Amino acid sequence: MKFSVTVTLKKDVLDPQGKVVQNTLVNIGIKNLKSIRQGKYFEIEVDESELLTAEKIVDKMCKKLLVNLVIEDYKINKI
Amino acid sequence: MRSSVIVFPGSNCDRDIGVALEKMQFKNQMIWHKETRLPKSDLIVIPGGFSYGDYLRSGAIAGKSLIIDEVIRAANSGCLILGICNGFQILTETGLLKGTLLRNKNLKFINKDVQIKVLNNKTKFTNKYKKDQIIKINIAHNEGNFFTDLLHLEKLSNENLIAFKYCDEKGNINENSNPNGSLENIAGIFNDNKNILGMMPHPERMIDEFISNKDGVNLFTSLLG
Repeated sequence: MKFSVTVTLKKDVLDPQGKVVQNTLVNIGIKNLKSIRQGKYFEIEVDESELLTAEKIVDKMCKKLLVNLVIEDYKINKI
Repeated sequence: MRSSVIVFPGSNCDRDIGVALEKMQFKNQMIWHKETRLPKSDLIVIPGGFSYGDYLRSGAIAGKSLIIDEVIRAANSGCLILGICNGFQILTETGLLKGTLLRNKNLKFINKDVQIKVLNNKTKFTNKYKKDQIIKINIAHNEGNFFTDLLHLEKLSNENLIAFKYCDEKGNINENSNPNGSLENIAGIFNDNKNILGMMPHPERMIDEFISNKDGVNLFTSLLG
């Protein structure tokens, strides 16, 4: 079973990289840009056919290593 | 005093701290991260560098290595732990120190000598410094921007758990003397029991007049008691 995990900085954590990307897009003429937050993306394949169990495994991966819960939020999606 | 320096793939200040400790008369051993037993140590040092190439997050992979379980066990039984630079990042990733180190506010790797103020000199790590002493120490990092939640920040202040703050030559602690965007100019913190110190500046680089200055010496003599 395959999942995607998206990791983003929490709302109140400064994201200087996102800011620079945003400024650059404005500089090259992109209009109507409101805001950008940069994050990380993982594709994870789990050897488990039961959805809930598989999700639990991925959630454990997030909490144990992939995400720093002090500053980051994450979303798990089945793909 | 017996010390152990933990070495990870990508550590690059391990030899510097090893040389510094021996110069200060510590009986030092270098310990590879795949070891599962630590020799009896009074002090464990997690050195600076780029463990595992800073993959995922600085210190994240090293924070899960085999020897870390032993370091956590030693820390919980009162052993002194010093994390410098990447070592500080690793300590936050293990949970031994709360908070985290974000990317520098200006997105640049900063390598320069900066002033820091000794806020708490009543600890095993800092007792040979004077209170509010200003020392000049090298920093060299890309992720040194200390961040934590408000509750922990208040606790750090109220319980005197901030070891060092960035300041200018006159001791002013403000935005101009903050090199990396760190919360309240924090450069180093203790855990609740003050047996663990994490700091971004490199005291091991400041032990010899010939290459820099000797402002880091008192940290080591403090530890020797």
